Amino acid sequence: MKWKNCITALSVVVMLTVLSISAHAKTFVYCSEGSPEGFTPALYTSGTTFDASAVQIFDRLVGFERGTTKIEPGLATSWDVSEDGMTYTFHLRKDVDFHTTSFFTPTRKFNADDVIFSFERQSNPNHPYNKISGGNYEYFTSMGMPELIKSIEKKDDYTVVFHLTKPEAPFIANLAMDFASIHSAEYADKMLKAGTPDEFDQKPVGTGPFVFVSYQKDSAIRYQANETYWQGRAKIDKLVFTITPDASVRYAKLKAGECHLIPYPNPADLEQMKKDTNINLMEKEGLNVGYLAFNVKTDEFKDVRVRQALSMAINKQAIIDAVFQGAGKVAKNPIPPTIWSYNDAVKDYDYNVEQAKKLLAEADFDKGFETDLWAMPVQRPYNPNARRMAEMIQEDWSKIGVTAKIVSYEWGEYLKRSMAGEHKSLLLGWTGDNGDPDNFLSVLLGCDAVGSSNRAQWCYKPFDDLVKKAKLIADPAERTKLYEEAQAIFKEQAPWVTIAHSVVFEPMSTKVVDYKIDPFGKHIFYGVDLKE
Amino acid sequence: MIQFLAKRFLQIFPAFIGITLLTFSLVHLIPGDPVELLAGERGIDPARHEQMKKAMGLDKPLAVQYLQYITNVFKGDLGKSFVTKKPVLKEFMTLFPATLELSFCAMIFAVLFGLPAGVIAGVKRGTVFDHSVMTVSLTGYSMPIFWWGLLLILFFSVNLGWTPVSGRLSALYWIDADTGFMLIDAFRSDEQGAFKSALSHLILPSIVLGTIPLAVIARMTRSSMLEVLQEDYVRTARAKGLSPARVIMIHALRNALIPVITVIGLQVGVLLAGAILTETIFAWPGVGKWIVESINRRDYPVVQGGILIISSLIIFVNLLVDILYGIVNPRISRA
Repeated sequence: MKWKNCITALSVVVMLTVLSISAHAKTFVYCSEGSPEGFTPALYTSGTTFDASAVQIFDRLVGFERGTTKIEPGLATSWDVSEDGMTYTFHLRKDVDFHTTSFFTPTRKFNADDVIFSFERQSNPNHPYNKISGGNYEYFTSMGMPELIKSIEKKDDYTVVFHLTKPEAPFIANLAMDFASIHSAEYADKMLKAGTPDEFDQKPVGTGPFVFVSYQKDSAIRYQANETYWQGRAKIDKLVFTITPDASVRYAKLKAGECHLIPYPNPADLEQMKKDTNINLMEKEGLNVGYLAFNVKTDEFKDVRVRQALSMAINKQAIIDAVFQGAGKVAKNPIPPTIWSYNDAVKDYDYNVEQAKKLLAEADFDKGFETDLWAMPVQRPYNPNARRMAEMIQEDWSKIGVTAKIVSYEWGEYLKRSMAGEHKSLLLGWTGDNGDPDNFLSVLLGCDAVGSSNRAQWCYKPFDDLVKKAKLIADPAERTKLYEEAQAIFKEQAPWVTIAHSVVFEPMSTKVVDYKIDPFGKHIFYGVDLKE
Repeated sequence: MIQFLAKRFLQIFPAFIGITLLTFSLVHLIPGDPVELLAGERGIDPARHEQMKKAMGLDKPLAVQYLQYITNVFKGDLGKSFVTKKPVLKEFMTLFPATLELSFCAMIFAVLFGLPAGVIAGVKRGTVFDHSVMTVSLTGYSMPIFWWGLLLILFFSVNLGWTPVSGRLSALYWIDADTGFMLIDAFRSDEQGAFKSALSHLILPSIVLGTIPLAVIARMTRSSMLEVLQEDYVRTARAKGLSPARVIMIHALRNALIPVITVIGLQVGVLLAGAILTETIFAWPGVGKWIVESINRRDYPVVQGGILIISSLIIFVNLLVDILYGIVNPRISRA
């Protein structure tokens, strides 16, 4: 009898211990800045949505090494490129599980069908899922994938071949982007048969490090660690996104210990954060560039000498100090230094008012001229205060006789009008998508982008030829040479004044261990741990 | 009575049309293009832009769009969100319990503190207490909600650590949102401490949202008390030798409450409007925050639908008050 009592007591103790351990499960709380639009990354373009979906729940054929722009194998263990650069063969990883959730239990492992499903949904207008949830595949379309991918072929369960219409070197980097996340074809079938394909995009099933548990609209998203993750289980047990749109409130929550990490702090709070011993303020150069684009189609800016003169007249260091409060670096190239092929040999225009005046006189503008300067109405990492920046530039230009009127519109209107080229000069910026130089040089400065994302409306053949040529070559060393040359031409032609690369700040509790700032601005919690 | 009801219902109809017309025009007057916003900084090519505009029904003339919208509204279809592609009504129903819960608690706070403050100020007219109540209520009434909210957060949550900063429940509790009312859901869940957490999350937002109604109720109660206290029957009650407490509570307050209750009814509109700001500061996932975010995203169907439902609710509450008045006071229904 005594023995029985002892065993009962012991088992109670064991159970209580187990319970107390589970009660102390490591829960990581991230105070995110907004609500995701949905959970299928291909349907959306915002970083907020990618953080909540692609980054935590899904994997892609290839990925980026955490904290870098370096490509590494993902759901594909390796790939071969044909000699003509038009066929990519991917060898898929075996034994990868899709998530088991309260709403879906997979009966098979990941295979080629899932890859085909994930891309066909976006590329084939007749695919049963193509029109579901609005059916806009903005990233897929704007990265030129519909024209690029001729067909996708399943060779066997673990081999997929992509046939392209032309050689495209950034293709691999594109496949590491969020829109190329791999979904479960089995789950999609199940939802289609149940007549609820919409739910496929709201209740996600992936292969990634965290399993989706629930989403309370505008309030919280909950995840738990994927026990059978192919790269090994996450160090934290639970992950919660608490949606907190106001930056001051996010900071208050961090101070009160209600979140472990917050994105997008107010620049004004940074000094105080640095002094707080309970906060670890990490920083890293962002994969971005803030620039001033001259509309080269206008009378005053069609002359390269005017553009050069106005570039020289701007005191960039003063802007970095005042607008970025030191949290930025002067930019001399249109791509940030974190991207390969960055041409460090390029010499920037020095701040030189006299030289600028001389150049203006040469261009028959010795009395100066009047122009407008558009300032973005929103805060962005590459430009935390466009209004202030515009005012400083306005003052600098006035020293050489150029009178600039500052113009601003509501954000949607600003983008639309500037795309149409209604501005004379404007402030804007760009954050990279895939870490490939092409993603800056051809998207922002290529001839094809005039009338859309090429705000300078600058189509310069020698530059465009180099960028187009580089796109067709697979060898990174050869591409680097072409891009370096393109950057030199860009500087000489001065369609932009490259102003700054921002420094990204991520304030977090000192309990957070091993967090790495992602150059793409995403928030990756796989690999992160919490100190007791 | 039937004639009175019919008349009131007929009056609602133009009000309803007016609201739809006003929200529709205002939303479309705000500069900015939803398609551009969906595409982000990347931009979008003109052909694709047109295609998306067509898919969203934005390519037609405004008058046609409005007619289509109003026809759908009468069919009970408020449209689908541009962003999430979910039906507006469904999204509203998911979020409304949060707003209702907050407004209810704010109202309880306002009545609980506003009524007694008003009564005492009225009874002790001209004293220091009276002056302080009136000054505080005037300050409360004129305080910008945004500033007031942040001030309370900084003091109570960050400095003292007494209340949580924002949200509805601590991230540590994982409970199912069956009813959408966090207090009820947390109470029914097995997680210990969840109810307390839900309750503590309600304190600051309720105070912030309840401040303006509190000020209004306190001032109204005071002036109504002052009026009633001068009535003959109060003097009679006093002359009869009744205790001052009995005179105030039974004879004066009861009669003074009538206009106060009307004011409380009118505060429903104030609460729902105030909820928009309060929810934004406290990251409270209700309809107010939803509408603000949708304005920023130019999510027309959500803004139109959300405002339409809320204003219909206010109209409905007012109608209810009118009908109740008609029942209570037959002179009104005959007039």
